[in-house]
Amino acid sequence: MVKAVMHALGAEALLLRTTFLGIEVIAKVRVRKPYRSRELDEALRRRRTEVEAKIISQLRLAGVPVPAVLYVDPSDGLILLEYVEGPLLKELIKEDSLGRARKYVEALGRYVALMHGLGIAHGDLTTSNVIIFRDTPYIIDFGLSRFTTKMEDFGTDIHLFIRVLESAHFRFKEVLLRSFLKGYSSVAGRERSRELMDIVKEIRMRGRYVEERRKVGG
Amino acid sequence: MVVLGIESTAHTFGVGIVQDSEPLILADARTKYVPEKGGIHPREASLHFMSEGPSTILEAFRQVGITPDEVDAFSVALGPGLGPCLRVGATFARALSAYYGKPLVPVNHAVAHIEIGKVLTGAEDPLIVYLSGGNTIIAAYEAGRYRVFGETLDIALGNFIDTFVREVGLAPPYVVEGKHQLEICAESGKRFVDLPYVVKGQDVSFSGLLTAALKAYRSGKWGLPDICLSVREVAYSAIVEVAERGLSHTGKKEILLVGGVAASRVLRDKFEAMAKERGVSVYVVPPKYAVDNGVMIAWTGLLAFREGVTVKVEEARVNQRWRLDEVDIPWMSRGGGRDG
Repeated sequence: MVKAVMHALGAEALLLRTTFLGIEVIAKVRVRKPYRSRELDEALRRRRTEVEAKIISQLRLAGVPVPAVLYVDPSDGLILLEYVEGPLLKELIKEDSLGRARKYVEALGRYVALMHGLGIAHGDLTTSNVIIFRDTPYIIDFGLSRFTTKMEDFGTDIHLFIRVLESAHFRFKEVLLRSFLKGYSSVAGRERSRELMDIVKEIRMRGRYVEERRKVGG
Repeated sequence: MVVLGIESTAHTFGVGIVQDSEPLILADARTKYVPEKGGIHPREASLHFMSEGPSTILEAFRQVGITPDEVDAFSVALGPGLGPCLRVGATFARALSAYYGKPLVPVNHAVAHIEIGKVLTGAEDPLIVYLSGGNTIIAAYEAGRYRVFGETLDIALGNFIDTFVREVGLAPPYVVEGKHQLEICAESGKRFVDLPYVVKGQDVSFSGLLTAALKAYRSGKWGLPDICLSVREVAYSAIVEVAERGLSHTGKKEILLVGGVAASRVLRDKFEAMAKERGVSVYVVPPKYAVDNGVMIAWTGLLAFREGVTVKVEEARVNQRWRLDEVDIPWMSRGGGRDG
């Protein structure tokens, strides 16, 4: 019997720390949600587990820093992932570590561009979903990620990232966004980045009561 | 301290009068514009407000038995909402303030929904789930403002379910005895129709679901109750999921449901099931104050006025897209509210 300890309770999954074939792992278990009907719940959990495992594996092979997938069981909503240890990016965004945070955010921008280049959108790109491990920003939690070719989905990643900067790190929003875009455009190219930022603007303007739209609309 | 508030952002022209000691609510007068068919026509609603507004204001004063001279300040919802409707309320409020020489307090409609919810339920620092015809917002207080953690990327939940039931011929009326037509129809649903469940991070999107649900209906392959059931399950589950993400992100221990759609029993049960698992409490605004009303504007006006928030009459312009997270909330930093 292998010992498992509770690591974290995410919004949709339980993370347990345990060992698998002698390796330190995180077991991500998508638990049943009591507020969803059984049919919807099972379909969502299975689909999300399969897609998540596929996406993480592809990213790992392509050189994007993500934890390695070691085992998958979609019907149980289970994925075993390499244990990646370190502070969350969110925790480093403060006055006395801003220099480091900017460096990691810039690197994150590069990795996100690489990920988008592979036709993958993360779906929940926040500063809580980046762990600093071996001086590298590891992207975690691909629970809402998807294979896509739509600029809209890539734009949503950036939109979400900007939104979390606004809501949780509003004092450093401008500098961190600059670092992120610097990293992003160094991989995706200027033109592609500009195109994407236009989409982001559009997404933001679609939201209700947006300041920018008011200015445009008069 | 006695403050009068005027609400006129959408279909309701409401006038409330409140004070900062028990009983808080002194007067609550309302008149509602009910369209003959379809949704709200902004011009028609504003015309209704213009003709019924004065008597509604007088009615509020009659309820308390005071004169306008005895009010300490006038407050008004300057946004967000429909321009023609907002302008009617703003015009009445500016006139009252100028004529009686009393301060004018600007109030954000979304903030007002939150504040009346907090004071009536006792929630102190909740994750706010604001669901109405025009709004779908997950927010929480942080560093001086209500920060938006999630919202709809396109149409609001209320707008979505209203449009759906209208398109399939179930409405108007949209709500019968406190129950939405979608929920009434869903009660006899049995089979689950696969519809797009869209959660993007902390945001939801309903436009794809609307298209798919209407397509499923028109295909004739499923019964309407099955589609209603599936629409309800998918839409409500997505909202609860983003709220759960908001809790996980903010660490708040309370959930406060505000806005017209918050009255739904089914939705509330789903929230309670989620909250029980996470060990947080759910608070729901009483139905009477979950919908648009003048009392919530007056109460928020009072909170703001106590902090010295006023606006000059000549600068009191409406803002149709006045975002929740643009408003400073000075009373929260001092623990604000009833005894603040």
